[in-house]
Amino acid sequence: MIRRSLLKLANPQLLALIGVLLINWLLFPNFFRVTWQDGRFFGSLIDVINRGAPVAILAVGMVGVIATKGVDLSVGAVMAVAGAVAATMVVAGYPAPIAVVAALAVGLLCGLWNGILVAVLDIQPIIATLVLMVAGRGIAQLITEGFIVTFNDPLLIYIGTGSFFGFPMAAVIALVLMVVVTLIVRRTAIGLFIEAVGVNRAAASLAGIRSRMLLLLVYSLSGFCAAIAGIIVAGDIRGADANNAGLWLELDAILAVVIGGTSLLGGRFSVPLAVIGALIIQAMNTGILVSGFPPEFNLIVKAGLIFIVLVIQSPLASRLAPPRLQPAAKVPAK
Amino acid sequence: MSIITKLALAASLATALSGAALAQDLTGKVIGFSQIGSESGWRAAETSVTKQQAEERGIDLKFADAQQKQENQIKALRGFIAQGVDAILVAPVVATGWDDVLKEAKEAEIPVILLDRGVDAPEDLYLTSVASDQVKEGRVAGDWLVQTVGDKDCNVVELQGTVGSSPAINRKQGFEEAIAGHANVKIAQSQTGDFTRSKGKEVMEAFLKSSNGGADICAVYAHNDDMAVGAIQAIKDAGLKPGTDILVVSIDAVPDIFTAIAAGEANATVELTPNMAGPAFDVLAAYLADGTEPEKFIITESKLYTAADDPAGEYDRRKGLGY
Repeated sequence: MIRRSLLKLANPQLLALIGVLLINWLLFPNFFRVTWQDGRFFGSLIDVINRGAPVAILAVGMVGVIATKGVDLSVGAVMAVAGAVAATMVVAGYPAPIAVVAALAVGLLCGLWNGILVAVLDIQPIIATLVLMVAGRGIAQLITEGFIVTFNDPLLIYIGTGSFFGFPMAAVIALVLMVVVTLIVRRTAIGLFIEAVGVNRAAASLAGIRSRMLLLLVYSLSGFCAAIAGIIVAGDIRGADANNAGLWLELDAILAVVIGGTSLLGGRFSVPLAVIGALIIQAMNTGILVSGFPPEFNLIVKAGLIFIVLVIQSPLASRLAPPRLQPAAKVPAK
Repeated sequence: MSIITKLALAASLATALSGAALAQDLTGKVIGFSQIGSESGWRAAETSVTKQQAEERGIDLKFADAQQKQENQIKALRGFIAQGVDAILVAPVVATGWDDVLKEAKEAEIPVILLDRGVDAPEDLYLTSVASDQVKEGRVAGDWLVQTVGDKDCNVVELQGTVGSSPAINRKQGFEEAIAGHANVKIAQSQTGDFTRSKGKEVMEAFLKSSNGGADICAVYAHNDDMAVGAIQAIKDAGLKPGTDILVVSIDAVPDIFTAIAAGEANATVELTPNMAGPAFDVLAAYLADGTEPEKFIITESKLYTAADDPAGEYDRRKGLGY
């Protein structure tokens, strides 16, 4: 009985995460060692959740968008914009809480812009969000005037590098966001509505779902999440780097969502599994860094591992899986 | 007259001549400058230093920003030729495709000087090129580390630039050449930080974990200052003192690294000078005065800056340049 409930728990994502962590442990025996230092936990495992937090936060926003059969390519650029807004405002002398709120509002606005293009103007999501992906980085560079804007504001630095009961602040924010969004979509009907719109928007509208409002909502959430990630990344390096902040992270976020089992064709989605997807990606990155491989292998190793993870989750693998599991399950019964 | 007197006379004559050449200035000359664009802080600094240098010498500088496009640069060069400028400076965006426009300049007898990048064109089509030697930059950083640690064992972690980029390859090579004869200094780990602060920090965090919490690391060598700035924060987060517990040496000499050097958190940086135009104007003055042919490849100085070189002052001098 215990064995069966364990099997139920063991979804492919969790298995993949454990697998990647075990590989890291084999390559670097101290991988799981976590010590207490200067009032915070310290270790490679902590690095994984800390460095994985920005992509996890992006994934929380992205998963809703993808569930509506959309995609948000602009999140990396929105991160840069939000970081630039927060940094230039504190440097200009505004109090940090106002700068943070302004950055979040800008992120929300960016998301709303995407939502209007998709929901009201009916532009295909990949093109609609491409506009802001390209323009956003330019806007960020305009805000910072091409410099890396550095700051010493304690609140922003705390958001990026602080600790909360010993855990990295970024990871705590990601966890809270994940729980809140999961509760909102699963304890209300919103999650079901999102899935309905993703499967068939016309049918969902006919069934009485206000799909336009729903799309505005999911894109706004994605922009908001991107702004949070942008503030974290800026706080982490104590500066807003418009050229590099969030660069290519939209692709990591999409990958995290897909690893988390959400189809790019919309429909069924899971917020926690998308976050686990982000952790899988980061566990690979951190593993590559501590393993001591030459950097020329980084991308090949990463691509190979992702390929394996995706194959494990592919429909073919799940069709093949039950017959293989059945004999194993029958053995103890005999 | 003895031979010695004759020689002395000849020498003084030569000095007088070269003195005359130096005295020949570029006041009132019209010089066209085709810049790539402003893709990095260093590039912006190069543009502002070139304008400064031109102003100091009374040059009428015609500036053209190519926005990363070769066709814009070729157009700009043809424009300069049509205007009949006295000389052209160009920072070529790519290496190939320059033969035709350089021939046009040569036919119009306008000398062309290449700044900070080379081209694949016959050498007689341009007067000279002024550039830094990236291998030398790595070597200067390595030499500093070898001298600083002396006979002590030193495990270095290296933060490489973007994999496959020429600064990453050359700066790595130069550093390895410098430490080659010193068995006590060796590179323990090497990873790419993509020339950015956040990746520099992330990679350094991983290095600290895999080197016994940082106790086994003696120095960080970063291929640019931005990665060093990120690494310094990672070292601080790990409860160690950058600059003391772990030495930090990097390349570029951007303003922010001088703040770190002034605070004792970084130890040394090697300058990639944004002043490529100064040496170019010097040889141009001599060439226009009496046809002195300069060397074909002029290498700029790779100057080392440490805490002894007034880091706070260097910061003030650089912060307005557009880095």
